[in-house]
Amino acid sequence: MKRLRYLTFLILVLMLLLMWLPLWMLVTGSFMGIGEVRDCIGPVLGQKEGYAVWHLIPRYPTLRPYVELLLDTPRFFLMFWNSCIQVIPGVAGQLIIALPAAWSFARFQFPGKRALFLLYITLMIMPFQVTMVSSYLILDRLGLMNTHLALIVPMLFSTFPVFIMEKSFKAIPPSLIEAAKIDGAGEMKIFLHIGVPMGASGIISAGVLGFLENWNAIEQPITFLKDKALWPLSLYLPDIAMDQLGVAMVACVIAMMPGLLLFLFGQKYIEEGIVASGIKE
Amino acid sequence: MKQKSKLVRRETRTAWIFLLPSFLGIFVFVLLPFLDAVRRSFFEAMGGRFVGFQNYRTVLENEAFRLAVKNTGRFILVCIPLLLLLSLLLSLMMQHRGDFFKVSFLIPMAIPVASVALLWKIFFHNQGILNHLLIKLGSQPTDWMNTDYAFLVLVFSYLWKNTGYDCVLWLSGLSGIPGSIYEAAAMDGAGAFKKFFYITLPGLLPTLYVAAVMSLVNSFKVFREAYLVAGAYPQNSIYMLQHLLNNWFISLDIQKMCAAAVMLAMVFVLFVLLLHGLSRRGVEE
Repeated sequence: MKRLRYLTFLILVLMLLLMWLPLWMLVTGSFMGIGEVRDCIGPVLGQKEGYAVWHLIPRYPTLRPYVELLLDTPRFFLMFWNSCIQVIPGVAGQLIIALPAAWSFARFQFPGKRALFLLYITLMIMPFQVTMVSSYLILDRLGLMNTHLALIVPMLFSTFPVFIMEKSFKAIPPSLIEAAKIDGAGEMKIFLHIGVPMGASGIISAGVLGFLENWNAIEQPITFLKDKALWPLSLYLPDIAMDQLGVAMVACVIAMMPGLLLFLFGQKYIEEGIVASGIKE
Repeated sequence: MKQKSKLVRRETRTAWIFLLPSFLGIFVFVLLPFLDAVRRSFFEAMGGRFVGFQNYRTVLENEAFRLAVKNTGRFILVCIPLLLLLSLLLSLMMQHRGDFFKVSFLIPMAIPVASVALLWKIFFHNQGILNHLLIKLGSQPTDWMNTDYAFLVLVFSYLWKNTGYDCVLWLSGLSGIPGSIYEAAAMDGAGAFKKFFYITLPGLLPTLYVAAVMSLVNSFKVFREAYLVAGAYPQNSIYMLQHLLNNWFISLDIQKMCAAAVMLAMVFVLFVLLLHGLSRRGVEE
């Protein structure tokens, strides 16, 4: 039994290294000068004979790439800004619209509820590519193609946050709501003064997961944005890796920052959100 | 009686008021355009002549479509059982060890797809790190991305990214099984294996259902890595439905896309109805 415990520990540690390795490589890579980066991965980019290597600790650590990115790469900031402008209003709107819908599913019984719930589940499960053509038809008709709104508007009506919030609303003790009713509180008041504060953790979970998801959007911008000046960071990073190798790793690290910060401070909410994403009726 | 139906009506009205913003948006931006897509799938691109199922026939006879369906199906059938099994095993291993492991497995969620794709390129390129290691160990290098091994790279990438997600689900399922059952079983002389097969596994059944659905949802997102590592026309074994639809979109093959979208949407609706039926039977039992 004890041997088994050591063995499983060893397996876990090995898997763990596999999880940390990419993060480690990106962070250490960001402190390598252009010469060292080219030395390491030149072969992969077709710039050098031989095979790629990686220095787990930079031989000649330098802050040059950071300086270069911050001072000489205005495009990077444009793309960072694009990402913010698309994701923050999109996720905020998503939460505001999903909030009352989740409350409705959690609190009320009404004819057609089950069918509607199934519709929401179906929409949540469907990959982007299935709804791509219909989204395109409506965005094109409204003249929104190739604007930031082409990404924001479809994001607003995502049904994913509905399920996460619904779970936390369902966990509110009914006695609390009954008590408020007896005190004469209306439905709106109950929603705003009991539902929203008591369901706060579900709301945060939905927000964090929504942010991580959309910060990484690839499919939507490549289909709905023709103009490269509107591209978010997630699409620009692969480009920069090819053109400006010296700052590629730094760009990756900075692009990772919002997600990593959310992860550090909101890891509890990420877990709760994952658990709540279970589709059960 | 009258009093009651009045109450029901009021509840229905309140429910719909709360639902309205979300439902209206979905109606205008998803359902209506989808109906438009259904309509278009029966018409000719130019001239707008009604052609019946012609577009559907074109799609179903399309070689690329068949390849993409086959690959996507294969990917789902290989990856999801593999991920469920791997994450369950890891969850059992880390169940009574600190949170550090669980948190570590979630790290991939925070790393942008584009950065990951860059690293996979460095690893799996013909002149990449993996081949370098293989040569140093004295074996043959393999062109990972341009042979059928590309499929394995994609499987690896999916497992790397989603193990943590599923572990969180399994661990929450595991912690939901009351410890008293294990104690009672131990009193009756049940060993570790008996306890696992008669208590743990049945107790995890609801989690299996959730984890399988979420793994499916996440499996579609592997297209991001595939696209960023290998572009719009990757090696044949990882040419997925997502690539195909994306390429049809670029050439503005709206008719074909509409027909394909309608068929795929039907598959998803059937899938959800099936799940719904299964879960309801589970509840009744």
